[in-house]
Amino acid sequence: MDAKLHVSSSPHFRGSNSTRRIMLDVIIALCPAAIASCVIFGWRSLMLIAICVASCVLLEYVARKIMKRDTTVGDLSAIVTGLLLALNLPVDVNPLIAVFGCVIAIIVVKQMFGGIGMNFVNPALAARIVLLVSFPSAMMHWVPALGAPEDAIIDATTAATPLAAAPGTYSYVDLLIGRCGGSIGEVCAVALIAGGVYLVIRRVISPIIPCVYLATSALMSLVVGLDPLYQLLSGGMLLGAIFMATDYTTSPVTRWGKVIYAVGCGFFTIMLRAFSNMPEGVSFSILLMNILVPLIERITVPRTLGYIKKKKGDSK
Amino acid sequence: MAQKGLLKEFTKGIVKENPVLCLVLGTCPTLAVTTSASNAIGMGVAATAVLVCSNAVISLLRKVIPDKVRIPAYITIIAGFVSVVQMLVKAFAPAINDSLGIYLPLIVVNCIILGRAEMFAGKNPVLPSILDGLGMGVGFTAALLCMGIIRELLGSGSLFGMQIMPVQILIFILPPGGFFVFGMLIMLANKLNTRAGKKVKTTPCDGCPMADNCAEKTCEKTAKEATLNAD
Repeated sequence: MDAKLHVSSSPHFRGSNSTRRIMLDVIIALCPAAIASCVIFGWRSLMLIAICVASCVLLEYVARKIMKRDTTVGDLSAIVTGLLLALNLPVDVNPLIAVFGCVIAIIVVKQMFGGIGMNFVNPALAARIVLLVSFPSAMMHWVPALGAPEDAIIDATTAATPLAAAPGTYSYVDLLIGRCGGSIGEVCAVALIAGGVYLVIRRVISPIIPCVYLATSALMSLVVGLDPLYQLLSGGMLLGAIFMATDYTTSPVTRWGKVIYAVGCGFFTIMLRAFSNMPEGVSFSILLMNILVPLIERITVPRTLGYIKKKKGDSK
Repeated sequence: MAQKGLLKEFTKGIVKENPVLCLVLGTCPTLAVTTSASNAIGMGVAATAVLVCSNAVISLLRKVIPDKVRIPAYITIIAGFVSVVQMLVKAFAPAINDSLGIYLPLIVVNCIILGRAEMFAGKNPVLPSILDGLGMGVGFTAALLCMGIIRELLGSGSLFGMQIMPVQILIFILPPGGFFVFGMLIMLANKLNTRAGKKVKTTPCDGCPMADNCAEKTCEKTAKEATLNAD
């Protein structure tokens, strides 16, 4: 196929960005959170990350082979999915449950809908919710983190997450450096913010979605009478806002679409946290907004250059 | 020949025109009651009984019922049989009555039954109508049983109430798991049917928006030439 003459449509200038490069940036941005999880929860979280990444890559390879499509392991997207899924799990979860989550993420959500760029919701997030619904006790079992405050520890093996703990149990500093219970990747706020700043500087993600998401959440917390800063730093809020909600495939491309999408995410997160019977609402709100993305994009189609809006009552 | 035709009326409902998996009728009871295998059988048998009886009666009355009011007439007949079945289930299988709940009386508006009355029993003699109802009923029961077994096995780790697996993946007995299993079974049925039937002919004009208006079918011609040249 090495033709001498290339016939293609414009644009003819291409940037050096590739899927692989973007995914590599996301992996680099997730590294601080992954390292922090190993420090906070020990070697078991490293093992969990390894299991998830390995099974996601393997499943992606096998699924593409079975479906007789090109192998897409090289674009590193399966590694990102595996890493994100692992960071969303509690550290002492059964490895088989983690592998089941990978099957849901890669086979059901991603490859059954056509592979990278075709999935209608974020694979890691959908897998997390399937696991949460399927294995509620295993997925809500939080071990005490390194240096967690005494009050938060319920017994020898479990500790309350910031969202479930009594007010005043955790200080802001505890939340910032991850001295609290929770999924392995969501506890250390500083590491997540560092990753987010890296992604924005590298222009991998636009800051609109995370900023609007967090701002809406803070505002909604004030409205329903919760401590805004505490809400932003606890639970999966930062992980969700920076890494999950900004997934290219499942977030709007238009600027106003992004704003509407992020406002919706923030609104539903706080409403679910405040009024539902579950302590956390980040995953459900992002999943819901993921599904609404096609509709949001339809109402925010930008005006074509030179197109004049027809006045009402104007005949042709 | 007549024998063969009758047999075909019976077998078509099981795989080729399976009411749930190919015609996608009766989805609501399918998703709602298949949380366990015994529920699925109960629902399947009840619906089959109603289907066979209503098909027979509607077929007998097909020349008496005026065309304009046929739907209310069919519904009345079906509702009569559903009441009978409901009373029988209440009397002899109260456990199944409890677990099926509202879905038992709702067999009245099950679109499989009304669909067969409208499409088949209203136009055909009694014997084929009974066999058609029986085949459709068996197909419905088989599909429900498949779903019930898969969902019960994975979702509560048991089979007909007997605990056999230590792991329970709760999502399979919840609505999302139901839709997932339903989709997988439809995929399987499609696969089986396309393999059994003849292949769909594809032409190079398939993707072309002008294919319908194109009198000369030039693209087809060029494709033929291309293959000739390639040879």
